Amino acid sequence: MIESRELTVRYPGSDRPALSEVTLQAARGQLTALVGPNGSGKSTFVRALLGRAPVTGGSLRLDDRSLVEYGDRERARRLAVVLQREEPVFPMTVRDYVALGRHPWRGAWGPVTAADTTAVEAALHDADVAALATRRTDTLSGGEWQRVRIARALAQEAPALVLDEPTTFLDIAHEMDCFELLASLARHGRAVLVVSHQLNLVARFADRVGLLSSGTLAAFGEPGAVMRGEILEQVYRWPLVVSRDPAVGAPTLVPLRRHR
Amino acid sequence: MLVRAVWVLVLLVTGLVVLSLGVGAAGLPLAEVWRTLWDSAETPARLIVWELRLPRALLGVLVGAALGASGATLQATLRNALAEPYLLGVSGGAAVGAVMAAGLGFAGLGTLATWAFAGALVAVGVVLMLGRDRQGARPPASLLMAGVVTGAFANAVIMVVLAQSTPTAQRNALWWMMGSLSAARWSDVAGLALAVAVLGAGLLHMARSLDVIALGGDTAASLGEASERVAMRLFVLASLLAAATVATAGLVGFVGLMVPHLARAVVRDGNSRRTLVVAALGGSALVLLADLAARTLRAPAELPLGAVTALLGVPFFLWQLRRNR
Repeated sequence: MIESRELTVRYPGSDRPALSEVTLQAARGQLTALVGPNGSGKSTFVRALLGRAPVTGGSLRLDDRSLVEYGDRERARRLAVVLQREEPVFPMTVRDYVALGRHPWRGAWGPVTAADTTAVEAALHDADVAALATRRTDTLSGGEWQRVRIARALAQEAPALVLDEPTTFLDIAHEMDCFELLASLARHGRAVLVVSHQLNLVARFADRVGLLSSGTLAAFGEPGAVMRGEILEQVYRWPLVVSRDPAVGAPTLVPLRRHR
Repeated sequence: MLVRAVWVLVLLVTGLVVLSLGVGAAGLPLAEVWRTLWDSAETPARLIVWELRLPRALLGVLVGAALGASGATLQATLRNALAEPYLLGVSGGAAVGAVMAAGLGFAGLGTLATWAFAGALVAVGVVLMLGRDRQGARPPASLLMAGVVTGAFANAVIMVVLAQSTPTAQRNALWWMMGSLSAARWSDVAGLALAVAVLGAGLLHMARSLDVIALGGDTAASLGEASERVAMRLFVLASLLAAATVATAGLVGFVGLMVPHLARAVVRDGNSRRTLVVAALGGSALVLLADLAARTLRAPAELPLGAVTALLGVPFFLWQLRRNR
């Protein structure tokens, strides 16, 4: 489980905190989504999980231990993160790239173990990129690259998985595919936390939703409770209607046009 | 494929070392070279091989290996294809040290080599200091910028000092800046061998971390690397490795920049450990070949080694580049 307790992050030289007393949990077996407008602190939350944001108050916990107590490798064996952006500079095959996900499990020397190979093949399969295994990373489309990065995180075999906007560049089929994969990973016992702008997909797939607004948690709970018109309108500062989709039963959100 | 490439490089380097022993102002047939290696009689041939050519060839092997491995490390650490030790302060600092020793007569306080080495260390320190941002991190772009401005400042200092120097001092400093293996002594070889062994082992040991660091700071952190600390260590190891070469061989350009690119084209899977090995061997081969050319093409005069590495390497590099397109 990933848990933040009154987490406050303030970058040096900035006049207001990037995150202010954020308390939320991403439990095992659940898909938790973190949504909010641009600049509301979602990516800062992810960076804080990696120990790469200046935490000035509160704490982050992973499986009932404070995150700072973990060594770097130990944390990476329990928490895999797919960041928003990553530009590879040296091309390599997809399989070699996914195998880098085994890094936290490997020492400085020593051969590739059977466990490594199994994990890599399973990750390639689960992220649906097995067919790309021998392709080079500089020949992939944007959508393929996203899925390959997810595969690399899966190869870490960490019980907690965090993804920062994994559906950027994905078409609707691959978006659905991605969220179905995340939901299935959660069902199989992982704690999955996804940062996303795809509110309708979040509404359909997530078990819990955290809504960030200017660094504070405006709401946290089940999608039906969080994704209400009056809350979202206030946070996003945009008129919208939320209806209940008759086909899937999830809240469905339609932003309105201000000008015709 | 890769194994074959490594064997080809090992054979090439060995062949070039043997060739270096026979070729020079006094041509020695291979049979005679062979005899001097085992016969302890004090013949002129033995003196040439043992005191001049063998240390020179081995110094070439070490300088090339050090620069190749250093460049390969820096390119991956900084995620930039243009990164190389000379761009990151080593050459500028070393050159300032050298012209100070040669031009200002500081040489009384230590040899030109010591001054060059010290200058390189100071410049790397300056680059690390300038490249720091407010949060104490050192983003690749800042380090590169710091390297470039440090180099520009060093150039200015060099010109000012050279303008005040005697023609002899200018000539000495210039020759040093153009790179040469001609001053090779066994003590230099031993010193550099020690540096290459220790620093090279350090880099090889950290090679898996380097694989991950090359993915960028945040991703490396997600895979369990303390990115900034590890990148910093790699940067220092690679810079020291390059700095160790300037003390005895001066500035041998091009090797640290181009050889790692060729090595990556050979290795292909992005594996840093293999890239380091291939870049080191490739660097050795290039420096040996360039030194052979430098001392035979216009014998008995010597051409500047640093220029010959580029003259030989650039066409080969362009040919490779076209072939891989």
